[in-house]
Amino acid sequence: MRASLKKALLSMASTALMLGAGVAEADTSDKKIALSNNYAGNSWRQSMLKSWDTVTKQAVADGIVAEATPFTTSENQVTEQAAQIQNLILQGYDAIVLNAASPDALNGAVKEACDAGIVVVSFDGIVTEPCAWRIAVDFAKMGEVQLDYLNEKMPQGGNLLEIRGLAGVFVDDEIHKGIEAGVKKYPQFKVVGSVHGDWTQTVAQKAVAGILPSLPEVAAVVTQGGDGYGAAQAFKAAGRPTPLIIMGNRQDELAWWKEQKDANGYETMSVSIAPGVATLAFWVAQQILDGKDVPKDMIVPFLRIDQGNLEENLANTESGSVANVEYALEDANKVIEAAR
Amino acid sequence: MTDSVLSSPLRDRIDMLRDPRLLRRALPAVSLAAILIAIFLINDRAMSYRGLDLMLKYAVPIAFATIAQMFILTVNDLDLSIGAFVGLVACIAGTWLVDQPVLCVLILAGCVASYAAVGALIHVRRLPSIVVTLGMSFVWLGIAVILMPTPGGTVPEWLKGLMSWKPPLIPFPIVACAAIALVAHVLLMESSYGAVLRGAGGNATAIDRAGWSLLRIRMSMYALAGFFGVLSGLSLIGLTTSPDAHIADRYTLLSIAGVILGGGEFVGGRVSPIGAVIGAVTLTLTGSFLIFMRISPDWQIGAQGAVLIVVLALRALIKLREGR
Repeated sequence: MRASLKKALLSMASTALMLGAGVAEADTSDKKIALSNNYAGNSWRQSMLKSWDTVTKQAVADGIVAEATPFTTSENQVTEQAAQIQNLILQGYDAIVLNAASPDALNGAVKEACDAGIVVVSFDGIVTEPCAWRIAVDFAKMGEVQLDYLNEKMPQGGNLLEIRGLAGVFVDDEIHKGIEAGVKKYPQFKVVGSVHGDWTQTVAQKAVAGILPSLPEVAAVVTQGGDGYGAAQAFKAAGRPTPLIIMGNRQDELAWWKEQKDANGYETMSVSIAPGVATLAFWVAQQILDGKDVPKDMIVPFLRIDQGNLEENLANTESGSVANVEYALEDANKVIEAAR
Repeated sequence: MTDSVLSSPLRDRIDMLRDPRLLRRALPAVSLAAILIAIFLINDRAMSYRGLDLMLKYAVPIAFATIAQMFILTVNDLDLSIGAFVGLVACIAGTWLVDQPVLCVLILAGCVASYAAVGALIHVRRLPSIVVTLGMSFVWLGIAVILMPTPGGTVPEWLKGLMSWKPPLIPFPIVACAAIALVAHVLLMESSYGAVLRGAGGNATAIDRAGWSLLRIRMSMYALAGFFGVLSGLSLIGLTTSPDAHIADRYTLLSIAGVILGGGEFVGGRVSPIGAVIGAVTLTLTGSFLIFMRISPDWQIGAQGAVLIVVLALRALIKLREGR
């Protein structure tokens, strides 16, 4: 009883301070943040959930927030995630950190959350609803840097095989656009084949194996992550020379690359987003709840691995996982400042 | 207390309660009540107009899809394409409904007609419905992705307004679900042609001998399914405010689960429209229940299946007693 009275007095005092000075920080120790995640079925998402767990458990233990519970829908379904958001509104969360199944189709639910006074921070899979915050990945850039690298590596050009992600998902479309732009920039490269690998090694392997017999010599494979190892296996099984395959930071891909590097000096690069971006979104949400003025659109840097830092990254990546970075409050502030 | 002390009408009532047929019919409603009570116990905020409105909003398009599936199940077929079809409807409506409403209605009517055509194909060529509809699901999804390679599109204001309408006293989703159940019930259970339709699933030969065209019956069932699929798609984009080709992939399995949960059977024309809608609502609430329980994400997926299995196991138990 006495404690709660004290807390009430304190919060009154802090409100008064805030009104007075306009700079004092509001307390977020009684705030509840939920993670609404649309998919958990691949290594990237598993790493993401693990990072979320590590960082938010510490934050809860430190009394920074009261609660940070993750929620996941089973199969990347818009309808389920929309219903999930409705339920989180009802559950009384102060902020929802969101990796969305669709950039548009969740807008109805997101708007409803905003109207209920809930802070919505979307990341990775962002939403277009204006009332939400967005921590976006420049996916098109992720496609383009692959061509930049290839241009450097093989200025003479050559045939490319493109492995795309899940059809109809905007991430796939964005990376594809970046690759298209890159090919336009360096016309010595030509995409001779394109398959959908669904960001899954087994699917990619099957798809590449299916198209390989119809292809001329392939100089390089441009990818979206989670498909490089499968592609390498398909080339090997078909008895064709291994082209330069761009990797996507998955452990199996990095391990394969290391093996090839040690055996025959194989060179490539690897690029993807660190799953820990969820923790960045967590800190951004905490800062917004704290009363900080945060711009609605932020950009998160992607994680690139090159020949030089391969070993270091591989050593830090668990088997079946993805190269990762967990973010701290200072990183969030840097991203916020950069967006101003 | 011995039997002789109980008055006979009371004993009759108790006997009636133990009647397996009644139990089987009551099971969907009982499961719904159980899950509602559990939700109210965990989260008292849910027990309000706004709470029910929020929780049940997404039950409306699922109820439409479930009724669509039920029509197909009535004639002993299974529709594996309804989810993709609802997604296609969403994309079509999101592309044209605002700018060219007449054209859009015509295209949607064409969609219903092609559903009927699929029914005719299955009937005339004696193809297994599972194979044909599975194939069609790729066709629907393909067209939807071509139409809308990236999510986007616009939804008319009247549709958004209707789906977020807040009538006095009773939340809109409950009104809508009751209306859907009632219309389907009258159509299939009360009308005389409805009896013929169900009979086609129960004993096709008898219906055929009685002079009814089985082809026409199957075509009308598929057309009805297509029509309710269109309604599902429209109500869905009214909620999401934006379509997406993959928006309703999940509806195929949800709709089958809804019909079965609501007391329907895979064969024999044994279906219940009211039960199906209750099944759809129960499935929607299961999601809410698991979220309010704060089950860890690793378990949430499995837990949803577990709820289904429990209800079906109960039904199997009742059936066992029925058989005795």
